[in-house]
Amino acid sequence: MKHEVSLEVNGESKRIAVEPRKTLADALREDCGLTGTHLGCEHGVCGACTVLLDDEPIRSCLLFAVQCEGRAIRTVEGLATEEGLHPVQEAFSRHHGLQCGFCTPGFLMLATWIAEQDDIPSEEKLRDQLSSNLCRCTGYQNIEAAVRETVERMHEDRSS
Amino acid sequence: MKPAPFEYVAPTSIADVLSHLVAGGGEAKILAGGQSLVPAMNFRLARPTSLIDINRVKELRSVTVDAGGVTVGALVRHDELQRNTIAGTLGSLLSEVAGWVGHLPVRTRGTIGGSLAHADPAAEWGVVAVALDAVLKVVGPGGKREIPAREFFRSVFVTSLESDELITGVRFPRLSADIRFGFREFSRRAGDFALVAVLAVVSRGSRGTVDSARIALGGVASTPLRAAQAEALLCSGRIVDETLLREAADAAAADIRPPADIHATSEFRRKLVRNLVFDTLTRAALLD
Repeated sequence: MKHEVSLEVNGESKRIAVEPRKTLADALREDCGLTGTHLGCEHGVCGACTVLLDDEPIRSCLLFAVQCEGRAIRTVEGLATEEGLHPVQEAFSRHHGLQCGFCTPGFLMLATWIAEQDDIPSEEKLRDQLSSNLCRCTGYQNIEAAVRETVERMHEDRSS
Repeated sequence: MKPAPFEYVAPTSIADVLSHLVAGGGEAKILAGGQSLVPAMNFRLARPTSLIDINRVKELRSVTVDAGGVTVGALVRHDELQRNTIAGTLGSLLSEVAGWVGHLPVRTRGTIGGSLAHADPAAEWGVVAVALDAVLKVVGPGGKREIPAREFFRSVFVTSLESDELITGVRFPRLSADIRFGFREFSRRAGDFALVAVLAVVSRGSRGTVDSARIALGGVASTPLRAAQAEALLCSGRIVDETLLREAADAAAADIRPPADIHATSEFRRKLVRNLVFDTLTRAALLD
């Protein structure tokens, strides 16, 4: 039996009808047509499904859509605006922080959250935060450099 | 894989949670953070016929301080504990241990109550609960009861919770300012469940001896357990030095029959215990 769920995705109101067992990840992909959120493992280990729920990073494969009534979700599709790419996307492009791109949406949302926090993480802390997500292609160094640049740029933008 | 179909309810009071649990006849499961339950459901290792989402039950989120301790609500998230909003040594301990639970996006949803109910023998909160002799606060149709941590954990994924009961919180005793602790866990990849986890909590005497010692081990048995021989050795009145700590670590390693599985041999786990007990005791009993 389907439940009606109203949620906000990237600032837009969405109303969907889903079975309780449909995860948020699948609801975003299938019912909202937003296939940017990827499924790598479906048990919370890889991070490819990471989205922001009320501005906090979560594993969307471990949450059911019915749990998200009235909540605000941000996905990779919400990063760019009409003015252009989000700073995190520009940084990933500049630093070659992706190859196949499968893990990338998860990293972009995680990195966006990191850069939106008040404190600037140390190298050790940033690595600990980024270790939340798996990448099979890049070896992580370019991802780390891209996120480091994003953090610095977004902090600068906020203080100026 | 996708989970099997289930019914979903999201009550807002403990009374409603309990009536749903009773109506479920043992086939209903509580949904808290979902960071352990939903993976099991995605694998179809767990197939509850209904899920009772308790995330809207506000009273489960509170943290209450009393004269002798702190009761942490079952729904308090790991990252809330990591942010160290509880005062004193206990708050520092909970904050440090919380950072070891999974990864950041797991900590934003996962809850302490959920972790304790799931009862993985390597889970951090089980080790803390057994080390500090915490008390689980539980409610069921028959009323409230309190279960000491050491009686709560029965076996791997098995606790003394009845199928119609709900953990409402866990009470930890206050830790005085002179208490020192050390926590370490080892896993092959950062963020995985620990192969071995150790918490040492020590109160040092004034003459360089140990007044009290608590050492809890996770991942070495079907439940977290205390290293009783090591604790007794530490409290035997000897001056604390590296030799004593090594003997205590050896005693902890000798005292256990760790499992062998695809992740590690028994001998490897034993060696881990020896090293991690020494490290945590060094932090808790020797260093300033």
